[in-house]
Amino acid sequence: MTDAGLFQRLVERTGRVIVLRIDGVPVEAREGDLLITAILLHRPSLRRFEFADAMRAGFCLMAACQDCWVQLADGRRLRACSTPVAEGMDVLIEGPSHD
Amino acid sequence: MTEARDPVIAVIGAGPAGLRAAETLAAAGLRPVLFDEALRPGGQIYRQPPAGAERPPAQLYGFEAAKATRLHGVVARAAGRIDYRPETLVWSLAEGQLDSVGPHGYARLAYDRIVLATGAMDRVLPFPGWTLPGVFTLGAAQIALKAQGVALGRRVVLVGAGPLLPLVAHQLRKAGANVVAALDVTPFWPKLANLPGMLALPGTLAKGLWYTARNRLAGLAVQANVQALRVEGKARVEALVWRDAAGREHRIACDAVAASFGLRSETQLADLAGCRFGFDATTRQWLPQVSAAGRSDIATVYLAGDGAGIGGADAAELRGERAALAVLEDLGRKVDGARQGVLDRGLARHARFRRALEAAYPFPSHLLDNLPDDTLLCRCEGVSVGTLRDAVGRCEVTEMNRLKALTRIGMGRCQGRVCGQAAAELLARACEADIAAAGRLRGNPPVKPIPFRKIEA
Repeated sequence: MTDAGLFQRLVERTGRVIVLRIDGVPVEAREGDLLITAILLHRPSLRRFEFADAMRAGFCLMAACQDCWVQLADGRRLRACSTPVAEGMDVLIEGPSHD
Repeated sequence: MTEARDPVIAVIGAGPAGLRAAETLAAAGLRPVLFDEALRPGGQIYRQPPAGAERPPAQLYGFEAAKATRLHGVVARAAGRIDYRPETLVWSLAEGQLDSVGPHGYARLAYDRIVLATGAMDRVLPFPGWTLPGVFTLGAAQIALKAQGVALGRRVVLVGAGPLLPLVAHQLRKAGANVVAALDVTPFWPKLANLPGMLALPGTLAKGLWYTARNRLAGLAVQANVQALRVEGKARVEALVWRDAAGREHRIACDAVAASFGLRSETQLADLAGCRFGFDATTRQWLPQVSAAGRSDIATVYLAGDGAGIGGADAAELRGERAALAVLEDLGRKVDGARQGVLDRGLARHARFRRALEAAYPFPSHLLDNLPDDTLLCRCEGVSVGTLRDAVGRCEVTEMNRLKALTRIGMGRCQGRVCGQAAAELLARACEADIAAAGRLRGNPPVKPIPFRKIEA
């Protein structure tokens, strides 16, 4: 249960399936999903907190708190609550810790 | 010889206030530049889902569907008379010019007048466990539902200190989310005592009572007068523990908590513009000073909507139009005096309603009493309440910017947007001084993180 996704879809969506990777594992999202949704439907959190041994999962969902910046394997950093998911995004959550 | 040209009017924010301002300016023959951080217009209250996640307006906005649809159509109806720039952040502002970053990279615009309609976010107060994955704001619960059709978890607890609580509870329940509790940290009796004042807007009051009644019928009674909160969990939310007025603790198993305590104005751009601020004792926030018509103390800067003090979406529409009329009047254009009168009378009714609403949901300062030292205060930098108290004890810090310099509180990615108000409250407590004496964090550009690669582009 502790590894189960956080979000729960209430409204089924029929749009195109989009495949992204989370720590190398392919997972499915739907067209219209924001990156935060695509991640938290499958995972309980989306990034390591850089100043302690803890994880974060975003907070405000309105691009104000800046808690949901995620790292992509290609070097990009994206704010997950304001970025639509796109095919082939390769999200790194369990990267090396920063201590 | 100077060349005659139309003045450049920038409108920042495409919620109810910004859209109405832009619409009014366009109708007067100007071509305002409308900056929107979001993918689509509507702001947070009338937020539109991304392409592929659309749903019928009645499902998304309930009673407010007609208003939302009308506002969403403003840009299209203006048929090119509004220079709409979506996904574009205004990250810096100075006298007569602004800097933005968007899909086409970095740009600078010289403006003659600017209308700031920057909106609001949830007012956030810390409590033990509030940074665990699964704790969000109440606004986040609403956005997750509206923009994405998702619930924050499978067992969701809602915590609030304002009318958003019964509304979000109703919306989530109706959509099939499992809301296991709704907790109000304010007492019940001021809501009764202020019903007469809220009759200034009977329709709005009726909707609030209707949501509350529907929640009760569905077996979800809002628990009022909650005294303290704590979230438990190891790697994620496992339970919320709350204390009632009799001192009893209650534990609710859950995997998500949506908690916030009213709203706070988004004022950083007004600060960069150099607007004069004053301390508002009711909402305990520093706000840019603004006239009823939306004029700031700077001739080129106008303020509208919740960014200039919380008034709600309907008031924001009126304030947006009113500020646009002030712009037109100041440019020497002819404006409709009768329309100004209608707006001013409407705004006066909203002001009476707002005073009663604020009194019905007083600031829950008890939540900040006796917070444990190890409670995180600044979630960006991971700085605890104890660090603030130590800094006050050791260095006799009494003011917010000094506190920031010494502790990094408010120095992170959010620029103090999330923790600033609570930090001021806790600083005032630690100093045994008035909250107004703690001052406010100075705004600094960029107001939000911006990518270097876009600056280089």
